[in-house]
This record gives sequence, structure tokens and C-alpha cells, in this order.
Amino acid sequence: MSLTLTAMSDSTASSGQQQWAGSGPMPQPPRGPYISVITNRTTNLLIRGVLLFSVGVFLALVLNLLQVQRNVTLFPPDVISSIFSSAWWVAPCCGTASAMIGLLYPCIDRRLGEPHKFKREWSSVMRCVAVFVGINHASAKVDFANNVQLSLTLAALSIGLWWTFDRSRSGFGLGVSIALLATLATQLLVYNGVFQYTSPDFLYIRSWLPCIFFAGVITMGNIGRQLALYEYKFTQEKTHQD
Amino acid sequence: MTLREQLREKISAAFYRHGLLCASYPVPIILFTSASILTCCYPLLRLPLPGTGPVEFTTGVRDYSVPSHEPQGDLGERPDWYRGLPVAYIQQVLVKAAVSPWDSSLVPVDVFRSPLGRVFNLVEEIRNHVHQDSSGVRSLETLCLQVSDLFPGLRRMQSVLPEHGCLLVSPGNYWQNQRELFDSDPDLLKTIQKHEPKGLHTSATLRDLLFGVPGKYSGVSHYNRKRVVTYTITVVLYRYDASFLGSLRSRLKQLYPSANCSLRDDHMVHVHFKEEIGIPELIPLVTTYIILFAYIYFSTRKIDMVKSKWGLALAAVVTVLSSLLMSVGLCTLFGLTPTLNGGEIFPYLVVVIGLENVLVLTKSVVSTPVDLEVKLRIAQGLSNESWSIMKNMATELCIILIGYFTLVPAIQEFCLFAVVGLVSDFFLQMFFFTTVLSIDIRRMELADLNRRLPAEAGLPPPKPGPLRPREVPPPPRPSPHTITLQTPAFRNLRLPKRLRVVYFLARTRLAQRIIMIGTVIWIGILVYTDPAGLRTYLAAQVSEQSPLGDPGGGGLPPHFGVAPVFHGRDPTSTLRVVHPAPQPTPLPENQSQGHHGAARAGPLPHSPPAIPQITWGAEDEEGWRRLSFRHWPSLFSYYNITLAKRYISILPVIPVTLHLSPQEAIETRHPQDTRHPPPPIPKVSADLQTDLTLYKVAALGLAAGVLLVLLLFCLYRVLCPRNYGQNGVAHGRRRRGDLPCDDYGYSPPVSEISPLLLRGHSMDIECLASDGMLLASCCLAGQIRVWDAQTGDCLTVIPNHGLHTQRDGLDSGAPELDYLGSEGHDPSISGDGLSEDEGYPLRRRTAPSRPTLFTDQPDLTPLIDTNFTLQPPSHLSTPPRGGFDFGGLVERRRPSLGDAAASLPQDRVSAVGPQATADWDSSVWAMELRGNLIAAGRSSGKLELWDAVEGSLRCSNEEGVSGITALAFLNNRLSEHKQSFCGGFSYVVVSGTPGRGSMPPSPCYSSEDVISCQLTRSVQCAHQKPITVLRAAAGRVVTGSQDHTVRVYRLEDSCCLFTLQGHSGGITSIYIDQTMVLASGGQDGAICLWDVLTGSRVSHVYGHRGDVTSLVCTTSCVISSGLDDLICIWDRSTGIKLYSIQQEVGCGASLGVISESLLVTGGQGCVSFWDLNFGDLLQTVYLGQSGDGQGVRQLLVLDNAAIVCDFGSELSLVYVPSVLEKLD
Repeated sequence: MSLTLTAMSDSTASSGQQQWAGSGPMPQPPRGPYISVITNRTTNLLIRGVLLFSVGVFLALVLNLLQVQRNVTLFPPDVISSIFSSAWWVAPCCGTASAMIGLLYPCIDRRLGEPHKFKREWSSVMRCVAVFVGINHASAKVDFANNVQLSLTLAALSIGLWWTFDRSRSGFGLGVSIALLATLATQLLVYNGVFQYTSPDFLYIRSWLPCIFFAGVITMGNIGRQLALYEYKFTQEKTHQD
Repeated sequence: MTLREQLREKISAAFYRHGLLCASYPVPIILFTSASILTCCYPLLRLPLPGTGPVEFTTGVRDYSVPSHEPQGDLGERPDWYRGLPVAYIQQVLVKAAVSPWDSSLVPVDVFRSPLGRVFNLVEEIRNHVHQDSSGVRSLETLCLQVSDLFPGLRRMQSVLPEHGCLLVSPGNYWQNQRELFDSDPDLLKTIQKHEPKGLHTSATLRDLLFGVPGKYSGVSHYNRKRVVTYTITVVLYRYDASFLGSLRSRLKQLYPSANCSLRDDHMVHVHFKEEIGIPELIPLVTTYIILFAYIYFSTRKIDMVKSKWGLALAAVVTVLSSLLMSVGLCTLFGLTPTLNGGEIFPYLVVVIGLENVLVLTKSVVSTPVDLEVKLRIAQGLSNESWSIMKNMATELCIILIGYFTLVPAIQEFCLFAVVGLVSDFFLQMFFFTTVLSIDIRRMELADLNRRLPAEAGLPPPKPGPLRPREVPPPPRPSPHTITLQTPAFRNLRLPKRLRVVYFLARTRLAQRIIMIGTVIWIGILVYTDPAGLRTYLAAQVSEQSPLGDPGGGGLPPHFGVAPVFHGRDPTSTLRVVHPAPQPTPLPENQSQGHHGAARAGPLPHSPPAIPQITWGAEDEEGWRRLSFRHWPSLFSYYNITLAKRYISILPVIPVTLHLSPQEAIETRHPQDTRHPPPPIPKVSADLQTDLTLYKVAALGLAAGVLLVLLLFCLYRVLCPRNYGQNGVAHGRRRRGDLPCDDYGYSPPVSEISPLLLRGHSMDIECLASDGMLLASCCLAGQIRVWDAQTGDCLTVIPNHGLHTQRDGLDSGAPELDYLGSEGHDPSISGDGLSEDEGYPLRRRTAPSRPTLFTDQPDLTPLIDTNFTLQPPSHLSTPPRGGFDFGGLVERRRPSLGDAAASLPQDRVSAVGPQATADWDSSVWAMELRGNLIAAGRSSGKLELWDAVEGSLRCSNEEGVSGITALAFLNNRLSEHKQSFCGGFSYVVVSGTPGRGSMPPSPCYSSEDVISCQLTRSVQCAHQKPITVLRAAAGRVVTGSQDHTVRVYRLEDSCCLFTLQGHSGGITSIYIDQTMVLASGGQDGAICLWDVLTGSRVSHVYGHRGDVTSLVCTTSCVISSGLDDLICIWDRSTGIKLYSIQQEVGCGASLGVISESLLVTGGQGCVSFWDLNFGDLLQTVYLGQSGDGQGVRQLLVLDNAAIVCDFGSELSLVYVPSVLEKLD
């Protein structure tokens, strides 16, 4: 899982930066100290980025632990004793990737001009995160008869996640493309021997990996959109006041 | 009508009926629901409690056979884990050894050195034991569990734990099972201690593993009072061979007979270990739970508009949890035992079941019309959401069904649980939650009802106020809806919630008491459980006293256990041990306590203290029970064998009793043994000594404690004043009696608001004016002072005497004022730099930059109408009525910047009108401030315009005949003054034009601008009687007069739009604001609200006895104050009086509204802040130490959350940001 997000970071980094380079920060009239911090575009972006990064790091550590426990992924033995029994680069990569994705989603929404309005509340986001963790849990702990069944089940679950919490075409497209890119990157990583899977069934990796990637992208996008909602609200209020 | 709609209708109707039912019979339904929950949860009692503790199962030894793998039908209470081979069979050989008879020449080391030394023989014996029968020769090597390497992380244990061979552990492992190493070891205890882990440890230690008994029972220490050493030799067997074990047992018993041992050897115990959850496995679990709680939090946060938010949130959580429990219970009832780890899937189940329905229900019910009956509201809310609830439920069931057909066992099970959980959740939502909701809604309505009927209190009796000029006959007011609240005076002030909590805690001393009780309990537990503590001490005391009370055993040593008692009673045991039976025959229970050693030492009754007693009790039967339950898992884990979800079989122990002669003990001594430990002190004296030390320490501690307390007390008395902590007695201003106190006797915190006193006036302040940035005040002496409203600095003083404006604009291009500030008698101006600028206008021209003090002034450019000639066309034409009078142009120009100004001198000459001179003889009756212009109306009828910054007279107008009593800046360009007594008012145009161009160079009326003062229009006979009030806003001029009428004029053409009649007395106050709200109050105590657009009266209420002195409106209410010193708050739409506040005498008129819900009133030397919505006192700010009798008569609210009030001859500036914040 964690590796997945690494790949995502590679792929999304460039596009994300292009996106943000286009929209420069607008000068905002100063307000109260707190409000102005929130409404300041750059600061807001930074706060959101940091939040998403930490969420990504946390989820990566926890979910990777699940996989390592079940010996799904194998890291070289000398790093196993390091923090949370995985290589150090996994968590930051996942964090970066999730920050990118979380910032990319609201940005794309704005670009397309169709603000995401489906279930915009924190409880729904939490539900989404819980389901995502559950999908990871199932991939690591539930014993399936064969790999095809496992992959199909997880794919159905991921699509269900999208349908339940997202339902936007842009979200689906972005999720699929990032999942594919991430899978490709993981293949490359495994091919180069950075780490390995115990029982690869899809070239060098597990076949359920794209599903997990997809679910992760949807979840992160959901969080990112919810965070962006605050900025949106503030700007709206401001226009009202003005 | 389609099928779908029909279905929808039916569902809706069903829900409606159900809602009615639930709301009608709440109590029976809740009882029914609770009963069904309990019934469904009943099967859960049979489930094993969650936990990682091992489970035991006991079978007999004789008919033991290895259980088969296949589950066999019904095998009684045989647990389902008891299948197949165990991981291992554990055979323990329990050795109890003692040196007997004890000799006084022996040193403490002898207690355990020689007994431990015998372990090597025993191990050798066991290893070499061979059993031979018809089926062949079997040795231990063939049966035992062969282990390979130790786990890689345990290198340091390599020396003590066996590798590559039989798993057989004994204390001999400390010395690699070599007698030579043991003999040459100078300090045995050190060797044993060496391997102990440092710090706290909860799991089995190496010492426990090797000794096989808990460390304190082994008796290997210098302070072993019993002088019996206990240890085990643990043999781990892979296969069970009854005959081999039997022969080993008989052999050992034959060699080392334990005569009176009655340990049962016919039971073997199977111990099943559960999966241990390590920290790495716990982390994901904890994470899912955190997410779950976040989900629940964010969900329940959305519950709103109910009486008890927490109660409903709790009900929602209870609904979800009990539906889960019900699902598990039902599944168990129908034989589906959960194999999944319950803790892991639980959060996912909650997320699947969800709280959404509950929230939707709440929202729907809450949004129904409030005026309906509760039953109907519930029913309507339910039926509104019925379709979506059913649809969601069907969808979820479908998804779960699909999941069921994945045919993966785990997922199937999950789905099964989820289905049952969903159904039971639906049931609970419909019955439990709906009912709770109905109860809550009913409670809320009751609360609303209570709030509608606020506590009433009559008006306080009218006080014969000295300020009341006349007695107005109070109009007959039966007014049914004039409700007066209990004056929310200082006594029942509403404290913030957190303060109330703190006060509650402080009042009941709850925290201290809880901490105290907790400490006592903790100490008690500590004392009781401490191994060296009270319990053992008490036990020792009891056992010591019993022989003393027994005359037969008087000679027995006090430190022996219960054995001597039995010895006296049971002489038969001595007979038995003389001929030790090869097979221990089971003895009756009380005889099993007999001892063997004593019998052997029988010939030495004269030295009873020397006989160590070896007793075999029931507790030795299963000695491993006293070990940590992690003992066996950790032993096996060293060899990378997990016991999780598997079981081991523990065979009955083989007892071995060793008696060593003192001779042997002395022989096996290490030469250092005698040197190292000090000679054993006789027991009694040692006890005495420890006791003495204990007493000494206790006495010292007590003395130190007492000293400390005394010291602190002295410090407290020295450093703190006597009345420390008694609120405000030391402060002269705050008398305890009139302090706002709550019921508990706590006064609110001393306000952090400190008023800023502006001193300088010599007499009482007459007029106050402000525009937010500047503040102008005028005292009875006629002195006008301008203050900075932000900092409170005095900027300008315009004195009343000895000052005459001089006019020499032609020479220097600027009029020069003989400025008082240059004389240096005004402290606020000297050193400001401003006076210098004033004194040297030439320098100003070369350095046109303004003092930085005023750079933050507001942009007033739109205020100055530079294109003035276009504005009122009427002042060029003939007046429409005779009442208009056009005054001459009063204009005064000053050059603007530099050369440009200098090029226009000739224009200016022609423009100069009559000289502006201040009129010092008359007093100021009215004053206004806008920008940096002060308009002062004097009693002589002269209007003066002063520059507030420079203190220079800019222009004046002497059109008026009689004194000016009211002034208003209007629409930012017109100032109008009213001349009373003649019944008319007039406009005076004040225009500022810059020296050049149309754009003013500076953002406010600077000294370079041209100020002109021109009377544009006057309405001569506006009223029949003198005008008493004048207000202007929103393009209207409103005047109130003593002729009982209010007139509304249009500003542009002075056209009288309406004459509002309704008062039965003179008008005393008028309020109008930009939103065209017009309220008027009269001498009859009546308040009228008018519609300015139509001129109709909206409402008319009588509120005061006597004049209405001031009126303020907010969006929701009208606040009025009267001569009766009462402040009344009215609902604006209905005209109902919400409540009233009794003011102090003479302060009735001082009130202001800071924000929509914050009212400030003046009092005797203080100002009070009130919450407008509730009428509660928020805070009282005392203005100064002195001046008790001085009331706040005028009060002005500035824009920047500050208020200004007069306070005798001083001004007080109070910032109230904190109050605002609290309110927001």
C-alpha cells in the first residue's frame, strides 16, 4: 500500500505543481489575525498540505504495519527493526502523495467548475476513511480462496466506496489514472529489487494493489475536498460581506 | 398512480401511525425495547469473555488418550480447542530441600547452597533414566521435545538455556549443568541475579523459568526464614508415554521419598493459550477505533435544535451499540458462534450500520412546525423521512447480500452479522430512538413555555427623583402585555458555564475529596499488597501469637509456621514417616499437613529452632499456577514456538524431598561463603531492629511534616494580608454589599477592563461628541477639548477666554491663531510638536507632511462636497415658502500647498467674508464632531466650526437669533442647527473646497481646505412650540416639539412630509437610523414606533412614569429609558415589554447599544454591560476610586468597541473588546 503512494507522488507531483503555478495567490485585504490567516490563500494551502501530509504518513504507517504483520510485503531484514518495521522512505512518500492528491482534487473541481456537493460533511469523510482502512484490513487479514476472488472483492469494495462517498466523474477518472500510474511505479520498484511481495500474482506485485490505490485516492480526495471547503466558505462569507 | 407511489404512500402512512404510537406511549415502549435488548443480549453471557488469559481443561491421567482432530459429537464439557496433540507435555519435578537439623554453626548460604547442589544429581538421574518393557527401551532422549537454536534476539540467554537437545530446564542451567562451575562459584545469588532483567517486568523472568516456581517461593536468599529451598526440574516432552513417566516417578520417589506427601497425581491439566495481541497488532486496531470515535463525534455534533444534545447523542450511540450486541446475541442464539475477532470487526460494523438514520430522523422531526402537538410532530417527521429510510435500508441490505455471495467465510460471517445488526438497528431506531426523541421534544416545548412566561415583577415604586421637573399624571395603563421582569439586578447575574462548574467544584471541594479518597485507597492497596508489608506482617503476627497462647508449645520458636500446632495434635504422623512407603498413600487432608523432617529430627527435641520443616500442601499440587500466565508462552517463544491458539498439557508434578545433613552443607561450602555475609543476627533482635528503624523513620517523617506545615503557615501569615482572598474588601470602591454576587456568595471576577480617565476639564462636562476617531467634550466652563478616542490623549484645547482669532491671511497666506498651546500651560499639547507647527505656519508650508498622529484618519473625501453648487438647487432659486431664508456666504480660505496657493491670492481677497470670531460670552449648548470639524452651537445662536486638530476657528455663522440646542451633521455635507424658541430650524451649508482642483489633496478637512459655512435654508415655523429634539438620518429630518407632534422633513427641499400625532405630551426623544426606523418618546411616558414611509403608527406603548429620556432601537428590540430611572426593553415587532432594568437615580438616560446584543448603561460611578437577549448583567466596570455620588449622565458608544461616558469633570474611556468577544 505504502509503495503505491510513492508512485503516486512521483506522478502527481509534476501535475500538481503546474496546477498551482497557474493560480497565483490573490491579494486579500487584511482582516482579523485568525481570519486573515485562514483566508490567506498561500497559508491556507500550506495548512491543508501539512494536514494531508500528516494524515497520509499516519495511514501509511498503520496500514503498512498490517501488511508487514501478515508478511505480505518483505523489506530487507536490516530495516525491519527500524521505525514501525518498514523502510523510512515509505511514510514520507505516502504523505507527499496524499498531500498532492488532497490538493489536486478541489483544484480540479474548481477548474471544471462543478463544485463537489455530495455529502460534504466530516462524518461522511470519517466513514470513508473507516471503509478504506477496512478494505486494507480485508486485503491483509481475510483469507480468500484465491487471488482472483480477493482482487474482485476488493475492486467491488473500492467502486462501492467511490459510489458511496464521491460519485463524481472527475474523482473516478483521477482515481483510476493515479491508481494505474502507482501500480506501474510499484512494478518498477519491485523489479529493481527495492522490496518484494511474498506471493506476487500479477507480474511482480499483488493484483489487488490497484484497488487499494484507487480507494486511497478517493479517500484522500475526500479529505482534501472537505478541507478546501473551509477556504471556500470563508471566501463566500467575505463576498457576502463585501 | 404507480406501484412505487402506492408503496411510498403506504410506507409513509405506516410510519405516521408508528410515530403517533411512539409519542403517545413513551414509557411502555421504552420498557419493551429495553426488555427486548436484554433478551437478545442474554446469549452473550455464555460467550467467553474477551481476553488473552489461558483457559484450562482437566482430564484424568489414567484414561488419557490424545484427543482426535475431528470434532466428536457431544463430549460433555470438553472445549473445542481440545483437539489433536498438544504442543508439549510438561513434567515438573518439584524439589523441596532443607538442611536438617539446622545447626547454629551454619551460615545463611548453607540454606541453599547444598540443596541447589543436589540438582545436578537429580538432572543426571532424570536424563539417564531408561524404561524397558515389552515395547522396547525408552529414554528421555526419545520422548522429550527437541529444540534447536534459540530465537536470534536472545544471544545473551545462550549460556543458560539449552540448545540443540532436550528442553529440560532446572536451576542447574545457571551453571551449565556442571557441578564444577557451581562449586567454584563464590556468590550463587549474584549469578542468579545477573540474568534478571533490569527495571519493571511483568512477564516471566529467567529465574522463574529455571526455578519453575515464583522467585519469592524458591527460598534462595539470605533471609530465608523457613530454610526450605524449593525448585523444579521442568522436562518438556513431545510424546506422552505413561509407562516411562510412571517408572520415572516411582524411581524418583524411591530415591528421594517424600513420605507424607499426598499430592494428587491423577489429573493432568490442559492449558489453552489465546492469541496474544502485541503492540504492532494493536496499532491498527486503535486506529480504527479512533476513526470510529471521530465518526461518531462528527455525526452527533450535527444533532441540533433539541433540548439535550448530549442526551440524544447518547441515545444514538446506545442505539447503535445495542443493535450490535443484539446481532451478536441473536447469532449466538442460532448457533453461529463468532469466529472473527470481535474487536477488529466491530468498528466496521458500526460504520456500516451508521448513525445516519438517527440524524435524519432528528432533523426531520425538528424541522416540523413548532406549533403542532408533539405527537403530530413526531409522526410527521417520521413519515417525511420514511421513504428515504426504507430506500437506504434496502440498498444496504442488497449490498450485504452481494457480499454474502462472495463465498469467502470471513466476509460471509461479517455480512451475516451486519444483516442482523441492520435489522435490529432499524427496530431500535423505530422504537427506542423515536421515543427518546419525542420525550426530548416534549421537554423542549415545556422549556419554551417557561421562557415565554418570564418571571414577573412589578415596577419598583416611583422614586421622587430630584431631577424630575414635573409630575406627569401617569396615563391609565392597564396594558395587558407590559410585562416587567424581575429586575435582573446585581443578585442574579448569569455566570458563564465554565465559571459555574468551577464554582461548583470549589463549593463542594469535590476534586480535593476525590483525590483524598483515591490516595487513601491507593495507600491501603499498596500497604496490603506489598510483599514486605502489612499482610505478611499480620500473618506473621498471628502465627507467632498462636504458639504463645498454647501452653503446650511454649518452647517453640515464634518464627515457625503452623506446623508446630499440627505437630502437637497429630502424633501419628511421626509413626508413619519412620517407614516411608515407596508409593505415597493418599492421606486424609488434615494429615497431609504433617511433616517429615520433624520426624527425622525426632531425637533432637531440645533444639526445635534448628528443624526446617518441609511440608507438602495443596498449593504444591499445581505450583505452576502461581507462575505468570506468560510463563509457558515465553519459554516456548525462546525457541520460536508459539502457543497462540494451541494448548499444552501439564502432567502432575513429581515431588522430591531432600534432607541434607549439616555435615554435607559444610562440606559443599565455598571458602568465601563464610566471609561474605555477616553472621546471622538472631531473629528476634533483627525484628526489633527493623521495627526500631521503622519507628525512627516514621517519627522523623512526622516531625518533618509538622515542621513544614508550620513553616508554610508562618510564611502565609507573613506574606499575605489578612483579608487575602476575600474579594474586594481591600478595594475601597467595591463594597461587598452592593457587589454582584451569585447565590453561592461568589462575586464575579474583577473585570479586566480598566477605564481610561481623561482629565482636564475643570467643571462638569456638558456636551460630548465623537466620530469614532476623535472625541470632543465641552464643559460648563465653555472649554472644548479634543481627545484621541484611541489613546485618550488630549489633542487640542479650545479655551473659553483670552483668545481671539486674528486674521492676517493676506500676508502670510494663512490665518494665525494666537494659540494657547504656545504659552505652554496646557500639558497635553506641549511637547507634542503640534503646537510648534501651529505657531510657525511658514515652516508648515515648507514641510507639508502632516504629523504622523493623524495619518490613520478616515478618508473623508466623500464627505466634502466639492461640487456644492449643484447640490441644492433650491438655494439659488426663490424660496418656495416664506419660511426659508438664505444666509450669506461665510467663507474663509486658506492657501493650499506651496506655489499653487500662492498664485491665487487675489481670488482669495475677494472671497474673504466677514471675519470669523469666536463668541466667548455665550456657552455651548450643542456640539457635534465629524471628520475633524467641531460644530458648536452656542446659546447666543451662533454656530461655530472649529478645526478639531488645530484648535482653530474655521468659520462661524451668526444667523441665529436664539440659542442653538440641537445640532446634527447630516449626510456628511450638511450641518444643521436648530434654533429653539422660534419654532424653526435652518440649514447651514458647510462646504470644504480644496485650494485648487476638484480633488482634495488630503483625506480630511485639512487646514489647507476651504471651509465655508453658509445658511442655506431655514424653516421658520416648523412647530407651534419650541422644538425639543431633532434627529436626522436617511434623508429625513425629524423634529419633535412640545406641541405633541413629530414632524418629518425631507432633507432636499425641507418639505414637511408627515406630522405625526399620537403623543399626549411633548416629545422628549426621537430615534431614527438609516433603516428608517423611527421611534419617539414623550413626556407622557409613551413610546411610539412609526413607519417613516407611510407616516402610520406601528405601535404605541406606555412604559415610563414621566418623560422618556432616550430611545435606541436594535433590529429586534427597542430600548427606552425614562425619568423614572427605568430602562425598558421592548420587543420591536410585537411591542411587548421584555424586561426592565432599574437604574440608579439620575443615570437613567445614559445607555448605549454596543452590538446587537450588548447594552451598556451608566450608574453611580460605574457602567454596566448587559446581555440584551436575556437581560443578564455581564459585567460592571467601576470608573474610578472616588466620586461615589457622581453618576454617569452621558454615554457615547464609539465604533471601535469603546464607550465614553462623563464622570463628573472627567471623561472615561472604556474599551470593551473582551465583553464583545464573550458575547460572540
